Amino acid sequence: MSKDMSYQAVMGRKNEIMKRALGVDYEEYELSDIAFDYDTMMEDVGYSLEEIRKIQREVSVGDTPLVELKNLTALARRFSEKGKGARIFIKDEAGNPSGSFKDRRASLSVYQAKLLGYKGVVTATSGNYGAAVASQAAKLGLECIVVQECYDSEGIGQPEILEKRRKCEALGAEVISLTVGPELFYSFLSILEETGYFNASLYSSFGIRGVETLGYEIAEEVKEKYGKFPEVVMVTHAGGGNITGTARGLRLAGAKETKVVGVSVDLKGLHMASDRDFNKKSFTTGHTGFGIPFATFPDRSDVPRSAARPLRYMDEYYLVKQGEVFYMTEALAQLEGLERGPAGNTSLTAAFAMARQMDENEIIVVQETEYTGAGKHPQSQLSFARERGIEVMFGNPEEEIPGKNIILPESPRDIALRPVDMENLKRSMIRNVVAAKNITRVTELDIIFLMEETRESYEFVKLELQLLGAKIVL
Amino acid sequence: MITKGTWVEIHDTILRPEERTGNIPEETRNVPFEMRLKGFLQDDQAELMDRVTVKTVSGRLVSGMLIKENPTYDHSYGETFIPELLKIGMELRRILEVDHE
Repeated sequence: MSKDMSYQAVMGRKNEIMKRALGVDYEEYELSDIAFDYDTMMEDVGYSLEEIRKIQREVSVGDTPLVELKNLTALARRFSEKGKGARIFIKDEAGNPSGSFKDRRASLSVYQAKLLGYKGVVTATSGNYGAAVASQAAKLGLECIVVQECYDSEGIGQPEILEKRRKCEALGAEVISLTVGPELFYSFLSILEETGYFNASLYSSFGIRGVETLGYEIAEEVKEKYGKFPEVVMVTHAGGGNITGTARGLRLAGAKETKVVGVSVDLKGLHMASDRDFNKKSFTTGHTGFGIPFATFPDRSDVPRSAARPLRYMDEYYLVKQGEVFYMTEALAQLEGLERGPAGNTSLTAAFAMARQMDENEIIVVQETEYTGAGKHPQSQLSFARERGIEVMFGNPEEEIPGKNIILPESPRDIALRPVDMENLKRSMIRNVVAAKNITRVTELDIIFLMEETRESYEFVKLELQLLGAKIVL
Repeated sequence: MITKGTWVEIHDTILRPEERTGNIPEETRNVPFEMRLKGFLQDDQAELMDRVTVKTVSGRLVSGMLIKENPTYDHSYGETFIPELLKIGMELRRILEVDHE
């Protein structure tokens, strides 16, 4: 008897497929319609930070160089008031086996899959994570299938995603390349069910705890060399795992005062599920299309409860423009001799602007780089954009309109930090939680959970819930 | 004619426009949800556009329309050179010139 593989039937079997593919019963962590036990879920990974480091060292993940960007710092000081211009450092994560910090995220998942006896791993991603899972699967002798959104309806592939497809295949993975749409999740579930492989999700507790070593290494090295923890760590923000894992690692190392700052590329106005907008984006990750929705509703991910919960860890959040990031990518290559990115340079761009406002004895760490090459390079992306009618020019970055133009700054002084209102994001999160489950009554437990989720006061959460019409039952 | 065992790429429609679901923009709803996949041809022989079965590198058997024989990678640094990128490095190096003297 063959199973019904229709959309409705497969989506209907979602919970049972997920349970089998993760080896984790998420039901165990549920506390109410709103709350779940996040801390226990993270602890149940079962490894200490030292054990995670050991697992990653076995596969040559981590221990990447922390590089001081002396020329970029000097450049920032040229445009700063006297005494301003923090020292900028970058964690050269491109040195990981598949070329990005995503190896940390993949390593623990694939290790766990192997330990639990799965024959292979499946992951849904168009990003560097696919290559990271493929790389780790290759090392541990597991099959790997990557499900990616790659083409528009005319069969035109985003150059960066085409490169990521090539890289996954080069590392031995099977790549299922799909056109635009959220139905990717249906294909993903179908593959999980058909193969019985492990869901190496970007958002599982294994994925996120694997990133803790990144924050830990930064804190440890800066402290050892400069006698203090960095004042600021800048993180490119998309799905929230990079921020969550890095911040947790910083805290574990004792860097509790270090400010954790998220940065995304501003792609406002381009719809993430639009076949038409798909190839108007010159960034495929690290942008607001992921950054905002994943901050305000983390459980939209491909696991029942996401371990990536950015609002719990992000102190500030800024937006930068596509043109500014391409500009900084050039600056990194031409002044520091590091050809990296571009998407990974999103936080570098904001770091440059922030350094100008900080004291010169302060330290700001950009916590990632990624490999570059055909398809991913600014030359590839801007060529693709220009050929598709997007204007590429020098000018005022404030006038950049995603999908219409890409504006390279005239001067480094024009690179700006555009703050996102964190309180608004927190209100949106509470609103999304209430709407998703039609919540009409909340308890003390729910309020405490939402206080942890938003890092806001009892009064803040209570007021917001009341405004949404939820009745508080004590 | 493409023979059995050749590395090929197939295409298949997963959902027709009327089967698409969820909260998606009209331009996405109006087009099918499609898949492309590579594998080794399992049919004894086939021509482009034939419906065939392939065996993927993970060993799955999947059917679809044959669209490429020995598919290669053609993404690049772009057909159109962007001279603006040259100016950035030159300008920044000029600003820092004094520091290096």
